Amino acid sequence: MSPLLFFIAGFGAITGAVGVVVLRDPFYSVLALVFHLISLAVLFLLLRAEFVAAVQVVVYAGAVMVLYVFVVAYVGEESESLGERLRGNGSHPPAVGSGLRRAGAILGGALLVELLIALLGTGLTAIDGYGAGYEPGLGGGPHQFGTPAYIGQLLLTRFLLAFEVASFLLLIAAVGGVVLARRRGGLGEEDERDMLTPLDLLRPLGTGTTAEGVGGVLRPVQGRLEGAPRSRPSLPDAGSRRPR
Amino acid sequence: MTIGWYLAVSAIVFSLGAVGVMTRRNPLVVLLCLELMLNGANLALIAFSRMWGNGDGQILAIVVMTVAACEVCIGLGMIVALYRRQLPIDVDELRELQG
Repeated sequence: MSPLLFFIAGFGAITGAVGVVVLRDPFYSVLALVFHLISLAVLFLLLRAEFVAAVQVVVYAGAVMVLYVFVVAYVGEESESLGERLRGNGSHPPAVGSGLRRAGAILGGALLVELLIALLGTGLTAIDGYGAGYEPGLGGGPHQFGTPAYIGQLLLTRFLLAFEVASFLLLIAAVGGVVLARRRGGLGEEDERDMLTPLDLLRPLGTGTTAEGVGGVLRPVQGRLEGAPRSRPSLPDAGSRRPR
Repeated sequence: MTIGWYLAVSAIVFSLGAVGVMTRRNPLVVLLCLELMLNGANLALIAFSRMWGNGDGQILAIVVMTVAACEVCIGLGMIVALYRRQLPIDVDELRELQG
């Protein structure tokens, strides 16, 4: 049973990987990657890493891939296939680095050969074994290899520092992602900026909120106070700095 | 199956990812291929973890997944920023670092 499952899952993983590389549409590439990740999770299960397999399916194939799908749907278009690029007769003018690309593929093949030599020709005799013994049976105590309890105990004792550093890294990445993808020029969205609060009528222009300080609110307010005498110099308008 | 088979699969997946990173032009697909490479490494880590009956490799695999999630977050943020500025979504055209 185990060899059969291994061949099915291994074939699925490799097929999915090939699909990611050669498929024309990025959306299909994402779907191929999901297939690849799920096949890989089966391999993880065969290696008795149940918790990692569950994380792989839930976090990777679930959450991260949804993020990809959203960005592909947002950015869209721009599809190209590997074969087209290798021949250099795609929709684009003859590829700048068509030869380079072919060289890249050859380099990848060489890398594969080298890795296989390094991995399979190694002196490690344990590679030909089926792995170290482990405690069979159900229950899932902290001493049973690969269970959530086992991983949790390791993470909170021996690898506590790595755990904390990883969480901090995630926090930094989340902040970085928001900063990178935010809308330039102004704090809020369009409608938020157009909103006129009672406070706007009570106080003079340009003395108000942070949003005004960076140039967000001023324009609609000015538009609304068209008839009023404009004694104050108008601040530089953020509207012109918004993306084209 | 012996551990060697799993390592062979991991080597193939890693090389396919490397080929994708070197040959594709769409940065989205380049990121996907980076994921492939990380997954190949993860499979090797877990196979070795099984080989020694030691959980350290699994912890490292989870940390690699965390790093991959961070990379996706930043990478997709950059792609969205590129799209907003109407720059070409193409790694060949993006050869200048100037914002």
